[in-house]
Amino acid sequence: MGSNSVVSNRRMPEKMNCFDLSPNSNSDSEAEEVHVLAVDDSLVDRKVIERLLKISSCKVTAVDSGWRALKLLGLLDDEEEDKSSSSSSDGFEGLKVDLIITDYWMPGMTGYELLKKIKESSSFREIPVVIMSSENVMTRIDRCLEEGAEEFIVKPVKLSDVTRLRDYYMATREIRSAESGINVNKRKLQESFDVSTASSSPSSSSASPPPLFSSPAPCSPSSLDSPTRRPKMTSLDHILI
Amino acid sequence: MLGWGVDRLRADMSRLLAILFHQGVLDEQFLQLQQLQDESSPNFVSEVVNIYFHESEKLFTKSQGPTCKTDGYCDCRLDREFSDYKKMGIHLNQFMGSSSSIGANRVRNVCVAFRAASEQNNRAGCLRALELLEHEYCYLKNKLHELFQMEQQRVLAAGARYPLQQQQQQQH
Repeated sequence: MGSNSVVSNRRMPEKMNCFDLSPNSNSDSEAEEVHVLAVDDSLVDRKVIERLLKISSCKVTAVDSGWRALKLLGLLDDEEEDKSSSSSSDGFEGLKVDLIITDYWMPGMTGYELLKKIKESSSFREIPVVIMSSENVMTRIDRCLEEGAEEFIVKPVKLSDVTRLRDYYMATREIRSAESGINVNKRKLQESFDVSTASSSPSSSSASPPPLFSSPAPCSPSSLDSPTRRPKMTSLDHILI
Repeated sequence: MLGWGVDRLRADMSRLLAILFHQGVLDEQFLQLQQLQDESSPNFVSEVVNIYFHESEKLFTKSQGPTCKTDGYCDCRLDREFSDYKKMGIHLNQFMGSSSSIGANRVRNVCVAFRAASEQNNRAGCLRALELLEHEYCYLKNKLHELFQMEQQRVLAAGARYPLQQQQQQQH
């Protein structure tokens, strides 16, 4: 919360005193459960991720494609920001989710393309997106993180990955509530505000919720000391024949 | 009598699992699946594994080619045409992914080799990998079915042995 308030204080010092002022953020803070949208074309993986999330006390909606995910969110129908952003926090037809976890490699729309679409939308870009992939390709990971993915998990996904994500989300939930409250109430300043809060740029660590581990630049994997972003680095070596 | 059956089944299952882990047929991801199984989802592992087999069958076409003969249980034939490497690559990726998701370690490893061969348009390599894949897949399928059968028997035997306990559990 500390790092986030640097930006917020300048804009709305009074608002920062009470996080729950915005009625819109209550819809997900009311329910203690984190609602996760899981996207994977593999039925096996969907079953597994669904179970992992349920066991971690998360509410899950699992779909098999990026298109279906966008449709559920209500992103496909809304053409541009004006229509959707004004109603997004007030409850529109789309599904309200707290976190999106998607496979990278899917037919039709890849996880990366889905990530881009979400981050390009002003009403949805705040939703954290996690990418999963069975392959540990550095350029792919970099690309996703640069585009604003919170995390890149190498499959197979484990329970420890999911509980970590959930804990991270819960810990940063207050910040997100504040952010969405700010977005709704400060429409005029949205432009400049969005530039500073968009989590897609490497230098935005001061404006976005603190990353899972204490590395300052979430988008430069080489500086990460977190083992989890590269969990399969060494184990893949003996697999390749 | 029944008690002895339950214990023996449990021991047999443990032994089978130990062998499969030792052989590298299964890896720790399978253990992870087992951890996800509980009273609220008592058949989780077998459900997921059966989905895996069902989905994987799509990769196998009932076309030309030898079948694998392990215990006569498995009846898969893999397409030997290789006319469309790209399409094969897509299927392989999916198969590789789901294999790793259930902990089918050796199957996944062969997929990796298979993919490398297909990327090089190496037909001989693909054929060889295909043979291996059939073998590994069938072996896995047979062993896991064996495991699930034992599990079913164990549940039945345990139910017969402890009818009171089952009743009490249901009351909760």
